[in-house]
Amino acid sequence: MTAAGPGRPTVVIRPLVWQRVALAVLCLLTLATLAVLFFIIGYILSKGVPVLNAEFLFTMPQRMGKEGGIASTIVASLALTALALLVATPIGVGGAVYLTEYTRESVLTRVIRFGADALAGVPSIIFGLFGFILFVIKLRMGWSILAGGLTLALMILPTIIRTSEEAIRAVPAAFRDVSLSLGATKSQTVARVVLPNAAPGILTGIILGMGRSIAETACVIFTAGSSLLLPGSLLDPARTMAVHFYILAREGLSMERAYGTAAVLVVTILAINAVAYILMHRLMRNRR
Amino acid sequence: MAAKVEARRLEAWYGGHQVLRGIDLDVRPNEILSIIGPAHSGKTTFLRAMNRLTDGQLGFRRTGELVFDGREVRLWDVTVLRRRVGSIFATPVPLPGTILDNVAYGPRLKGLRDRRRLREVVEASLRAAFLWDEVRDRLHTPALRLSGGQQQRLCIARTLAVEPEVILMDEPCSGLDPISTAQIESAMRELKSRYTFVLVTNNTKQAARVSDRVAFFLGGELVELGPANEVFTTPHDPRTDDYLAGRIG
Repeated sequence: MTAAGPGRPTVVIRPLVWQRVALAVLCLLTLATLAVLFFIIGYILSKGVPVLNAEFLFTMPQRMGKEGGIASTIVASLALTALALLVATPIGVGGAVYLTEYTRESVLTRVIRFGADALAGVPSIIFGLFGFILFVIKLRMGWSILAGGLTLALMILPTIIRTSEEAIRAVPAAFRDVSLSLGATKSQTVARVVLPNAAPGILTGIILGMGRSIAETACVIFTAGSSLLLPGSLLDPARTMAVHFYILAREGLSMERAYGTAAVLVVTILAINAVAYILMHRLMRNRR
Repeated sequence: MAAKVEARRLEAWYGGHQVLRGIDLDVRPNEILSIIGPAHSGKTTFLRAMNRLTDGQLGFRRTGELVFDGREVRLWDVTVLRRRVGSIFATPVPLPGTILDNVAYGPRLKGLRDRRRLREVVEASLRAAFLWDEVRDRLHTPALRLSGGQQQRLCIARTLAVEPEVILMDEPCSGLDPISTAQIESAMRELKSRYTFVLVTNNTKQAARVSDRVAFFLGGELVELGPANEVFTTPHDPRTDDYLAGRIG
């Protein structure tokens, strides 16, 4: 289309053409992102799935993992992650409630927020070293699930605080007014209106933390050790799937078993994600 | 009869900005008192001060007396005060959850757990708000699926379920169509025998239709207060006349 008339540009780029170009570019970028994801997952599964069978999942590793299964590492991963989430979730959500509902914006809250952001960016190996010094040595927990879980909890705490905080802030002020106007106290309002409505966002933070915990290696080697024995208590050392994968691959013990371990790890993460979202969907069904 | 709410020399500020200037006003039992006035004249602040929804607001400060049922509102236990002085907001805000959950919210806070009793309270409140017949078959569907007018009546039912004595309404019909507005107005007239209403409205026709008395606020001052027919036909203050004629505000 060419525009007529004096004083106007003679060539007009048609808006519709622009629309299509922009749409194509955006689609391409989305596809590129998805392609990377599918390539990684596909590659790991194609290498790992052939190794998988009941024996691999349910028996203990033999000869440092060259033979046998990975049962103890699955137990270790789940135990460490569960402990980390059990410790970090109440503290993180509580901290977020405090920051958003019970304080006014001040220098202190800004310092706390800055601290949380800074902590979120600290490399996990630093957390590992810190956990080693504090929990393993000073508090005499030794290499153990307890020390590892607490260290992981510290590592994911900032993520949970910040995502929960955003989720709580996103709950409309009008909901709080309504609840208060009906005679609710502040804590009743938080428990009955604010937290339920922020739950999906809070869950996202917990899932991010879960993913980071279960996939962590550096920090776990320092604090939970790399024992292949089945842990019998919180004070026993343990080797997680991620650590097992790292050692198998690095020491050249068995690449195919390394990929098998990776495949189980990836499937576990996907499964936990799926279950969490399904639960959340059920909880929210009657709300919208 | 003793006034339900009495304001004496009531002044209020947000930070350094004064929003109420020496308000002297009584709210009588079982009346509908409308507060009219242009934007930023202090109507909403006056309303929120009555059940202390101003408590959490940044920089809010007030002096003078504001008395509910013989006692300064600041001396009331705030949750008790808010149960006895309920609020309806400009935009209907159903809490996410079912219709039943919404109406039962207040009674549950008070510790009512018995399902049959809850159901009775919910039904009575929905009937009083003229919503029961429209929702009786779907109490367990999300409240957000109701239309705007139904949502506002749900909010009224939710407030009634707490059994307040005074109901504060802040432009409750501003987003509603004429039919929904008429339904809410007739609900108010029905409920007047049991409740006291303070209605903030920008709609002077609405004020004329439902109120017993009308207060005109301007710039944080109470300019005129009188029976509705008097204020609208023969206002004493020229500023009221100007506002009603659309010359200010």
